[in-house]
Amino acid sequence: MKKAKNAKSSVSARSAKSVKRLDTLKSACFLGPSLLGVALFFILPFGVVVYYSLIKSPIDHSFVFLDNFVRVINNASFQIAAKNTAMFSSIAVPLAVILALMLALMLECRIPLKSQFRTFFLSPMMVPIASIVLIWQVLFHQNGVINEILSLLGGGNIDWLNSKYSQVVVISLFLWKNLGYNMILFMSALSNVPAELLEVADVEGAKSAYKFFAIKLRYLSPTVLFVTILSLINSFKVFREVYLLSGSYPYESLYMLQHFMNNMFNSVDYQKLSAAAVLLAIVMILIIAILFFIEDRFGKDVEG
Amino acid sequence: MKKKRYFSRTGLFILSAAFAIIFLLPTVLTITNSFMEQSEISSNYGVIFENASGSSSTYVSKSVNLKFIPEKVSLSQYITTFIKSPEYLLKYWNSIILVVPIVLLQVGVAAVAAYGFSRWRGKVRSGIFFAYVILMLMPYQVTLVPNYLVSDWLGILNTRWAIIFPGAFAPFSVFLLTKFMRRIPASLIEAARLDGAGEWHIFTRICLPQCRAALYSIAILVFIDYWNMVEQPLILLNDATKQPLSVYLSQINASEIGIAFAIATVYMIPSLLLFLHGEEYLVEGIAYSGSVKG
Repeated sequence: MKKAKNAKSSVSARSAKSVKRLDTLKSACFLGPSLLGVALFFILPFGVVVYYSLIKSPIDHSFVFLDNFVRVINNASFQIAAKNTAMFSSIAVPLAVILALMLALMLECRIPLKSQFRTFFLSPMMVPIASIVLIWQVLFHQNGVINEILSLLGGGNIDWLNSKYSQVVVISLFLWKNLGYNMILFMSALSNVPAELLEVADVEGAKSAYKFFAIKLRYLSPTVLFVTILSLINSFKVFREVYLLSGSYPYESLYMLQHFMNNMFNSVDYQKLSAAAVLLAIVMILIIAILFFIEDRFGKDVEG
Repeated sequence: MKKKRYFSRTGLFILSAAFAIIFLLPTVLTITNSFMEQSEISSNYGVIFENASGSSSTYVSKSVNLKFIPEKVSLSQYITTFIKSPEYLLKYWNSIILVVPIVLLQVGVAAVAAYGFSRWRGKVRSGIFFAYVILMLMPYQVTLVPNYLVSDWLGILNTRWAIIFPGAFAPFSVFLLTKFMRRIPASLIEAARLDGAGEWHIFTRICLPQCRAALYSIAILVFIDYWNMVEQPLILLNDATKQPLSVYLSQINASEIGIAFAIATVYMIPSLLLFLHGEEYLVEGIAYSGSVKG
């Protein structure tokens, strides 16, 4: 009797194991094509970057370990670039999240022409980069439209792209381009907040501020993190516009990490380029790990 | 109480309208200015783009002139670009044959992979997924050199494949689609499995129809991203006859801003059509009808 039971349990253990193995096999089949391509076109190149960051030069492949990193960290233009990039992202990304949420809440208020407004807010995504750059030049040039409006109001003449205000130009461009899609993400998340909950809150006489912070924001938290990650990606993509607006060596406060990498590429200093890239990757890993950790905590809170 | 609400709604409407105008302005400006004659463009923007005036005899207004309605509607910019120099049409075609395969392949590969990520969880798989997110966040400049080396090694340097392959496997769509597929109720998949459906059958018959809107909205995002690519072709596709129009548009110089508006307008058409056709999908793609968590 006992023997039979043992046999039975060992069979089920074996079948559980084989199910697990089968699952691994199945998932490998689905992940395979993508993994192969990612390994070849993304992981392998990144591995080469790590390797380059550790060797002396493309000709002399002797390992120097952290020497390149020390050189890069002590490099003045790297420090400026890192500071500017950090500053840009830490201002532009939260603004892109908060303003998009505000726009979404505004359109939620059943105002007329809601779907038309939604389309208008999305329209910047379509405009080709070259005409964005042309128009931003027309707006922010020293003889441009913004200064003309300012002078009508009695303001000073600002050379936007060559002053401490230059980041304002780029942040406005970034927001203009990305707010629309972020807003759409928030709108659909808002429409998923259970209506019953809000009705109960209404019956109990809750204030709208309470309804927002206690109910809506909790249901929105996964979307907030999602939009943050997307905005972070897009904040790096804004380099293309900055580069076309002001070239390889812009005003100091516009000099981004990508300018640094681009210029290192042009001067064939792959060691500095790679070391800077690896440092950037480490920072990104930390940021994403923190965001995922927060998502785990708060995501479960809502789902449960 | 009721009256107060009415007023605040009017206020919100005006505020949204103001925002909408600001957002729409550059798009409208691009389109209307493409119908201006070169002389009008020069006189409007001459102050900013010093070389824009062409000959010294043209009148240049002292301050910049932001005009929405052309003095005389003319197709001259379109004629100079597309009829007199057919090379632009060739570049347009280059854009299409680069971007369409990228969009189709990337969404296809990503859909399969996202099913793998969302259906089975585990330490290794979530580790890989984390790596995908990190790679997705890396700016293009990070792997500038090795990308060149890898495509040289594969023998695809200076061919269209050097752009198409990395685009086809970009982790961006995998990340987005995995997020969407995780929302498909597990009970739905479990029910199909008990009915004896194989994984591929579940994927194509249950999973894909559930996220049709998401697939479409991701395709739009990927299309717009690659339709405006500049860096990749400059490095990996040196042959100017194969480069897309976006590269040329980004290098346009000050003497040709009239042409730039005309090309930009024509270049906007595919994105515009995709948008008009799929805007509902863009919204729905995220909203996902059904039992949604979070």
